Amino acid sequence: MNNIIIEVENLKKDFYVGDVTVRALKGINLQIAKGEFVAIMGASGSGKSTMLNILGCLEKPSEGEYKLDGVSISALNKNELAELRNEKLGFVFQSYNLLSRTSALENVELPLFYNSRVKAKERKERAIAALESVGLLDRMHHMPNQLSGGQQQRVAIARSLVNDPVVILADEATGNLDTRTSYEIMELFQRLNSDRGKTIVFVTHEPDIARLTSRNIIFRDGWVVREEQVKDRTYASEIIKLLPVDELDVKITKS
Amino acid sequence: MNYINLAKIAKNALLRNKFRAFLTMLGIIIGVASVIAMLAIGQGSKKSIQDQMSSMGSNLVFIMPGSQQRGGVMMGNSGTQSLKLADAEAIRLQCPDVTAVSPEVRSNAQAVFGNQNWPTTMFGGNTFYLGIKKFEVESGRLFTDKEIAGLAKVCLIGKTVAKNIFPKGTDPIGQTIRFKTVPMKVIGILKEKGENSFGQDQDDILFAPYTTVQRRFLAIDYITGIYTSAASEAKTSAAIDEMTEVMRRQHKISKPTDDDFRVMSQAELVKTFTSISDILTALLGVISGISLLVGGIGIMNIMYVSVTERTREIGLRMSIGGKGRDILMQFLIESTMLSVTGGVIGILFGYLISSLVGSLMGWPVVIMTNSVVLAFLVCSAIGIFFGWYPAKKAANLNPIDALRYE
Ligand SMILES: Nc1ncnc2c1ncn2[C@@H]1O[C@H](COP(=O)(O)OP(=O)(O)OP(=O)(O)O)[C@@H](O)[C@H]1O
Ligand SMILES: [Mg+2]
Repeated sequence: MNNIIIEVENLKKDFYVGDVTVRALKGINLQIAKGEFVAIMGASGSGKSTMLNILGCLEKPSEGEYKLDGVSISALNKNELAELRNEKLGFVFQSYNLLSRTSALENVELPLFYNSRVKAKERKERAIAALESVGLLDRMHHMPNQLSGGQQQRVAIARSLVNDPVVILADEATGNLDTRTSYEIMELFQRLNSDRGKTIVFVTHEPDIARLTSRNIIFRDGWVVREEQVKDRTYASEIIKLLPVDELDVKITKS
Repeated sequence: MNYINLAKIAKNALLRNKFRAFLTMLGIIIGVASVIAMLAIGQGSKKSIQDQMSSMGSNLVFIMPGSQQRGGVMMGNSGTQSLKLADAEAIRLQCPDVTAVSPEVRSNAQAVFGNQNWPTTMFGGNTFYLGIKKFEVESGRLFTDKEIAGLAKVCLIGKTVAKNIFPKGTDPIGQTIRFKTVPMKVIGILKEKGENSFGQDQDDILFAPYTTVQRRFLAIDYITGIYTSAASEAKTSAAIDEMTEVMRRQHKISKPTDDDFRVMSQAELVKTFTSISDILTALLGVISGISLLVGGIGIMNIMYVSVTERTREIGLRMSIGGKGRDILMQFLIESTMLSVTGGVIGILFGYLISSLVGSLMGWPVVIMTNSVVLAFLVCSAIGIFFGWYPAKKAANLNPIDALRYE
């Protein structure tokens, strides 16, 4: 199994709030292979975001082992973790987290600013390519407040792509969007997964969204309670065709 | 991380909030501009005093009658008549470091020619007097020792007096003017000297033999001052010592506290005035410095608010690979850009204010390059110093907490 990209063994995470210890993750074992599109599901408070933050090297586990692309995380210091995030990981957040009053292009360029090996010209070219792959080439000089929620999320996805990461981590990336736009975003993720072979870990509440991925991992109370391959996998592009189209929708997506 | 990228990030962050950036800089602009202007005015007044010194003769040493002071109380008025011609003569003979000596007497009255009159001062001296006080004869001639001995009714005339009593086109030389009803023949014109730094017109003057002024106008046998030239500027203090000694001997004074005269040098006088102007400059500088400090605190305040406000942005930057020191540097560069840009604008304003004050108010101003360099350095230091704490706070944020910040 040489194509395992994420390997988690007996991973635990405790939070200390005053005298209270919150055991958010109680002993997780996970393996995610290159090219997988994994959905992490579970009730609120079951530890999904905590897991994703650890996978994203934003937080260190209290106990246990996590290997990303063959590198053991526990041995790395803060700066090395930052470099790892910069070069191997892409994040997509529920609330987009774009810089305000900053153009789509500049937002997408941002990760490359922190990589001194990428020169200004290449930075711009790569950002434009990333925007093109999310279908927003014509909006690259727009500010976030001139874009719809779906478009902002596309910019955020372009930003997560621009450093050519080994894994894209998304925490409820469709949580703020309406049904149609959610499927459009999912279509984009599916394309990134199938056409470009990106490994994606996607946290979601919604079973309908989870059925668009290749494997579901279900969390409860800090444990993994179930793992299953998605048998009747659906495709977002097909679902979109079945969605009712009313005039209002058309206007919003086209404007 | 390279600094060009960080500088771009910082620049973009500032440009996202231009008006705020401008308001933040305003404190620094005002501070720097006032420091530069105050120092320029202070330096200007100092320089004009120094110029004054060379125009009056930096080797000038003079004696004034001085009534004795005991414990700050003036002991009568008798001291004002204490200087005698014999004193001047003794100084001329006994002081090796003194090269020229002249007595001085003054009389104030109206100079009259035809139906024109002008209030002025007639100075009386000997043939060395003009040289000692750095006056020059422009045309005509100086009086002679023979004329001094004969109480001759001759005088030289300053440009201001000439302008005011002679109708246009009249050559003063050879004309006879009246001073206190005594007819005086004009034999020479003094070269223009302009105002001194206290605003006195040095051309508002008549100059005559001291004997003439003493006898014909004042009817006195004492003199009101003794003016001398020391051999050089460096010799002035030696000359002062010699003259003091001679004067004490002449006046039979044993204790310095009993002195009925004061020996002063132009150099010393200038030193007193420049030290006063130095104190003033320092005071003005400190006050403007405080406004600069307040400007710095303004930067710190805004940076602090901005770190709190941009917590999520910081979290995002960290999540996409920004290291603690990248964040630190970004905020430091932001604050330094604010202070240095403010500083540069402040320097320009400082120049503007200085030259406006110079030309509108007629005050002498001298902008020193080192005060500009200093202002620039101080501004960078302010940016780093006052940006440090907020920047450190930003850099120490935990990425997750920052991303979650509401
Ligand atoms: N920084 C923290 N400090 C203390 N407790 C925390 C912290 N982060 C998470 N927790 C706790 O850990 C548990 C798991 O939280 P987590 O955010 O992972 O849940 P989740 O599955 O993402 O929920 P949701 O679906 O609502 O987003 C919760 O009980 C939460 O209160
Ligand atoms: Mg969550």
